[in-house]
Amino acid sequence: MDSYDLTVLGSGPGGYVAAIRAAQLGKKVAIVERDALGGVCLNWGCIPTKSLLRLAENRHFLDAAADWGFDIGSLSVNWSRVIEHSRGAANKLSGGVTHLMKKNGIEVLRGHGSFVTPTRLAIADANGNRKEIASENTIIATGARPATLPGVEIDGRRVISSKEAMILEELPKSMTIIGAGAIGLEFAYFYNAFGTEVTIVEYLDKILPTGDDDICKALTREFKKLKIQTHTSSRVTEVTADATGTRTTFEKAGSATTIDADVTLMAIGVRGNWEDLGVEEIGVEVARGFIQTDNHCRTAVANVYAIGDVRGPPALAHVASGEGVHAIEHIAGLKPQTIDYSSIPACIYCHPQVASVGMTEAEARGDGYDVQVGRFPFMANGKSVAVGDTAGFVKIVGDARFGEILGAHIIGAEATELIGELALAKAAELTVQDVHHTIHAHPTLSESIMEAAADWHGDAIQI
Amino acid sequence: MATIIEMPKLSDTMTEGKILSWLKNEGEAVEPGDALAEIESDKSNMELEAYDPGYVRKHLVEPGSSCPVGAPIAIVTESPDEDIAVALAEAQSQTVNEAVETKPESAPAPETVAVPEPTPPATATSPTPTAGAVPLVPPTASAPAPGAPTRENGGRVLASPLALRMASEYGLNLRDVVGTGPDGRVVKRDIEKALTDVRSRESATSTAVASTAPPPFQPIALEQLPTQSVEEVAVSSMRRVIAERLTESKNTAPHFYLTMEIDMKHAVRARKYLNSMDGIKVSFNDIVVKASSLALTRHPGLNASWHGDAIRYYKSIDIGIAVALPDGLVTPIVRACHLKGLGRISQEIKDLAAKAKDKKLVPSDYQGSTFTISNLGMFGVNNFTAIINPPEACILSVSAIREVPVVQNGEVVPGLRMHCTLSCDHRIVDGAQAAHFMKDLKAVLENPVSLAL
Repeated sequence: MDSYDLTVLGSGPGGYVAAIRAAQLGKKVAIVERDALGGVCLNWGCIPTKSLLRLAENRHFLDAAADWGFDIGSLSVNWSRVIEHSRGAANKLSGGVTHLMKKNGIEVLRGHGSFVTPTRLAIADANGNRKEIASENTIIATGARPATLPGVEIDGRRVISSKEAMILEELPKSMTIIGAGAIGLEFAYFYNAFGTEVTIVEYLDKILPTGDDDICKALTREFKKLKIQTHTSSRVTEVTADATGTRTTFEKAGSATTIDADVTLMAIGVRGNWEDLGVEEIGVEVARGFIQTDNHCRTAVANVYAIGDVRGPPALAHVASGEGVHAIEHIAGLKPQTIDYSSIPACIYCHPQVASVGMTEAEARGDGYDVQVGRFPFMANGKSVAVGDTAGFVKIVGDARFGEILGAHIIGAEATELIGELALAKAAELTVQDVHHTIHAHPTLSESIMEAAADWHGDAIQI
Repeated sequence: MATIIEMPKLSDTMTEGKILSWLKNEGEAVEPGDALAEIESDKSNMELEAYDPGYVRKHLVEPGSSCPVGAPIAIVTESPDEDIAVALAEAQSQTVNEAVETKPESAPAPETVAVPEPTPPATATSPTPTAGAVPLVPPTASAPAPGAPTRENGGRVLASPLALRMASEYGLNLRDVVGTGPDGRVVKRDIEKALTDVRSRESATSTAVASTAPPPFQPIALEQLPTQSVEEVAVSSMRRVIAERLTESKNTAPHFYLTMEIDMKHAVRARKYLNSMDGIKVSFNDIVVKASSLALTRHPGLNASWHGDAIRYYKSIDIGIAVALPDGLVTPIVRACHLKGLGRISQEIKDLAAKAKDKKLVPSDYQGSTFTISNLGMFGVNNFTAIINPPEACILSVSAIREVPVVQNGEVVPGLRMHCTLSCDHRIVDGAQAAHFMKDLKAVLENPVSLAL
């Protein structure tokens, strides 16, 4: 029987990063994957959707070409090329992970892995072959899959999940999206850009329910301009499908409404992939659909760790990677810093983009901070005006007493790139004053961050 | 402009260097590229070159002596005869700080706490009692922590900007805080933990003095009379700062005192009338603050502070108000009193006092007053003489308004009188000048309609 210092179940952004870190520390490592290397992130999530969303933005750009001085006549879209482009990006990066495994001497075991004992794993491949390996430590990084509502089956044809939404053979004329979180909002933007009539149904009282109120309001306005229908405070009671389409029924303020569409996308969240791993049999604790761990990602079984989506929210690739590195260093006895979950950026790639880190203004007030807010609109930023993209603003939520950055929220072009500065500032405990007093290059969008910090003191210059 | 030349780091491992010889004498002109000195590092001897043209004014390190990398070694100026006093002082404070960094045990603590000017009121810097010396500088991005806090091993303490800010406000010495951030960096949670530790330690050791209300009077039976017992309570950093600064004030500032009895009959009526208006509640202290600011506009010589070789006269009248706390006192400041009406001043004092009680004052709330008022009238104190809040010129002690018999036109009638005593630093203010101020203060308070000015 082959034996390893460490085995990683799942090769997503949590698993493959953990495997590499372990290899760097001199461990003998195996990674078990039943599908393509890179997991959902590379193959069916972050990466291919970013490819699609860029094409959606390009589409908007081309639609407005005449305004920019380009006369390009009428525009037609080759839908299958759009999908191909996205698949190309995914395949290229998955190939990159294969290379990284090889480079780091990590053995890739194809198949489905499950526990026999805490130190023994069985790998069953697609051809029915089964083998066992011994592993001193194991990291569960099996991720999550789209969740659905009770009584609603994702059939993959009419009622679809994000995965099918990436590879629809035909552009649907209409789409109902259930859930207005990051995934729902991104697909709403994407399909709207290509002409699909999109309707979003959200259970809570605003789109992007976890977002800062000001950001949600601004995004609602932008979606309205794009003619994306949104129904909030609406509880879906039934989704039916036949060969031609779907009918979604929801209740709002006591009255029922139905929407017919070609397809319905379920985007209400994810649930952990732990059921087929034999974890409960070896003593790993599972609660509320996710594997339970301590601060170091260690499960109730001392040599078994869990990272990423299977461990529960926030279901973000970068959190999985961070937890992967942390878990490995903890196993290696390096005493890593515990992960500061209050400094993790979250991004949405519709247009305008939305990015945030830390607390919303309402959360900060709820926690009893003496909250002071700084804002700066891109409308007043030179670069934004020059490139003709002035939607949105930067908002910094700070504690009035010490200038601690409690949260930061950006809506606008490149928000997802801009948030990094504020995530660094927050994680390193720089104060709003420090951001204010850092000279930013001109002309850049990032000047808006400096100005928002200045506004926090009431000292903004450009507005 | 004067430039301080520092001991350069000539190799990766160099921690200190020795001046073998000065190649430019004091007073000599230098051009860029000229060799200033020959320096011996742990690896080799090298020449230190000048980067800018100018004049070598002062050698700070003798030939043959060593100093740490980064320590000031010389002062160079643009013109041959400009004043170098400021640069010299700066270099000296750097040298002292350097000494702390390298030899924490031997460094004399009081001098190493670099107190910036304008100096914050001593008692206001640490609303929370804590252990250790107190860095008084608000750590803004441009002002690194003074007397750079050090570890026992002589290395610098790493701390996040937020932790620095918090430590400064709470009066915590970073040396006393265990850092748990990356590479032992002191971060917010460490400060919070240190505060909890200090508070629980103090409440454990000093319950006798912790309660704010004095114990009730209880007759003790003779046989219960206890034998003498002593409880020793470690001095909190707030008390330490009060002790140091007020001792310094009383020992160095030649105090003199002027007491004036003021007829408050009209002020009492004026206040009664004001407070009968909706939403207004003005205290006598508010009235004294406003009256003092009016008197100070006529006598700007009292709105000043002492700085050894200079006296600073301030244009804005920023009055510090002493506020008692369970564990000491703070003096939050009403800025620009001469520009504000009584209502506004009253509201600001209320807000500041509330913030002080909640320990929410920020350094800008209490640093840099130009005149201070202490009021013990509410306790019925008849007269007292406060110690000047250094480096200010004066402090006004305000006592109770008392109903007393006064002789008017040969008859004894009831009157309402208040004593105010002005403590003055004779280095800044002379007696007649102070008397004129008191005369004007009295005039304003006795004719409160002038408060509307």
